[in-house]
Amino acid sequence: MNGTRAIKVVVAKPGLDGHDHGAKVVARALRDAGFDVVYTGLRQTPEQIAGIAREQDAQVIALSSMAGTHLSVCGRLKPLLEAAGLGDRLWIIGGNLPAQDHDALRALGFRGVFPSSSRLEDIIDFIRTNAP
Amino acid sequence: MSKPNPPERQPRRVINESGIEIQPLYTAADVAASGGEDMIGRPGEYPFTRGIHPLMYRKQPWTMRQYTGFGNAADTNRRFHYLIANGQTGLNVAFDLPTQCGLDSDDPQAEGEVGRVGMAVDTLRDFEIAFEGIDLDRITVSLTINGAAAILIAMYLAMAEKRGYDLSKLRGTAQNDILKEFVGRGTWVYPVAPSIRLVGDTIEYCAQHAPKYSPVSVCGYHIRESGADPAQEMAFAFCIARAYADEVIGRGLAVDEFAGRLSFNFNIAGNLFEQVAKFRAGRSLWAKIMKEQYGATQPGSMWIRMIAGGGGSGLTFEQPELNIVRGAYYALISALSGAQTMALCCYDEAYTIPSEYAQRISLRTMQLLIEEMGLTDTVDPLGGSYYVETLTNQMRARMEEIMREVDAGGGIVRLIADGTIQDRVSAQAYQRQRDIEAGTFRKVGVNCYRIDERPPEMEFHPYREQDAAAQVRALGEVRASRDALQVERTLARVRAEARSGSNLMPAILEAVKAYASVGEITAELVGVFGRYQEPVALRDRPLAAAGG
Repeated sequence: MNGTRAIKVVVAKPGLDGHDHGAKVVARALRDAGFDVVYTGLRQTPEQIAGIAREQDAQVIALSSMAGTHLSVCGRLKPLLEAAGLGDRLWIIGGNLPAQDHDALRALGFRGVFPSSSRLEDIIDFIRTNAP
Repeated sequence: MSKPNPPERQPRRVINESGIEIQPLYTAADVAASGGEDMIGRPGEYPFTRGIHPLMYRKQPWTMRQYTGFGNAADTNRRFHYLIANGQTGLNVAFDLPTQCGLDSDDPQAEGEVGRVGMAVDTLRDFEIAFEGIDLDRITVSLTINGAAAILIAMYLAMAEKRGYDLSKLRGTAQNDILKEFVGRGTWVYPVAPSIRLVGDTIEYCAQHAPKYSPVSVCGYHIRESGADPAQEMAFAFCIARAYADEVIGRGLAVDEFAGRLSFNFNIAGNLFEQVAKFRAGRSLWAKIMKEQYGATQPGSMWIRMIAGGGGSGLTFEQPELNIVRGAYYALISALSGAQTMALCCYDEAYTIPSEYAQRISLRTMQLLIEEMGLTDTVDPLGGSYYVETLTNQMRARMEEIMREVDAGGGIVRLIADGTIQDRVSAQAYQRQRDIEAGTFRKVGVNCYRIDERPPEMEFHPYREQDAAAQVRALGEVRASRDALQVERTLARVRAEARSGSNLMPAILEAVKAYASVGEITAELVGVFGRYQEPVALRDRPLAAAGG
């Protein structure tokens, strides 16, 4: 934890998928846990997500992906986040993420991978432990 | 010394999801205290609590309509034929996200999404391929499309007309419920007001030119998936249905000219008796609203014709084979509730697009109820149960209370436009997740009866980038072969009619027939209407305090 300032988390919905039940539930849980949460809303391009994360100086970038585009989205987002100087921040992703893709997501720099059925407390603990 | 009496053991309190306390025993006195038997009636007669038809399934079983679509039109056409060969009696088409959001397959925003979660559609050509070899008189087609609904309805009508079907007799349904897309599911395109105008245009056009076609299926389903309780699911859906009715009545249509073709889509998950009571209560409440508030005189205008199917949110990622069992109970609930059409989420759906195998299990589940379990033998078999009749009365009262609350807060359109409904249901979804994690809301395999699980053997639906590339190539070929001047002229007409405020359907139909694409037509409309801006504040506040 860094002093008195709350950890800032950008919760983002990349791509065209409109299933935001999970993203909103996680955003509310993170807010209740004392984090400073910015929820982007739907249909964010990787460029928009990197832009919001830089503008907000987010310590945590949290993606929600339900429609199977996670590998392509994360692959496009990684260089954009790095170019925005956010390579040292905590990147995490949750949603419909088949087990066989978890290693690839971690290799892309998404250190926290939270597939369907993950517990809110586990996400909160992971951020507390790993946020820069 | 006398010992004090042991404290009398109180039964645990049970409160259903809609907030109604359940008693350990019901008698005739409970039915009387909850409002009596006045609203029960007979099936096929007002207020239709027991069903909209006198003989219900005895005359015709429910339509079986699994949600299907992936890849390109040819892939989807093959799955349609597979399901029909296995006894399915209707189709329910899933479109990919670019199509649902009004984008062409070659749009940069469509990258990685073409054909992924549904069938890709760019032009009328895709519709011609998708329904090849399917008798549209025998198999009715439901299009799960909302933001782009006016365009896809036009494509369906154009395709059917081209094949020689008489539009005045053509049946079918489009989801086309944009207000619920703002609450859940999220495939909106335009701001709220022009979105409602487009729904009105489709209702008005179909009432005049395709009177058997159902242009709207009002969906409580997705509002429930987003966190609404069962009573809210129905109450919010009725408020939305009233908004569409008000839109076309404001244009001069009489209620009986269109209300008979409004249909509904509701969710089944959770407590069996609460769901059955919800449907019985909802049927009579909608009939009452249409008769008393709107002055409908035709019975068809007062009917809830509905698809009621197993909701995805009831299924679990854990021990996914249990979802087959849940699906069977959901189908049972749907049959006990008198639904016209049934669909079930498949057991593998928390993981992937359902396999043929999983789809067949869902279909067989419904067929078992018809062939082996006697669910089609008699109408409303739970009617007359003290419990079900009492709960039906109580659920109806709860729905009326929620509708009054919405009206007091400024009406459903305002409460959706400013995000109040979205905030309410997402706050409830969060509370539900906390209850599940605390173990106070039980989910088998999730917070009780857990096992150490290995990832299940699952047939993952493949996504092939080369298929997306083929779809883009096919779009290019259509663009190269069509009459470019004709496309330009029809698109200009779409733009002009969007500005003029007249019904857009004739212009959209003309553009579709010229093989203008979904993305091209949408771009013209966005040019006039703009895009929806989503409220994302995640506030906590009551409905009636909205707008402050």
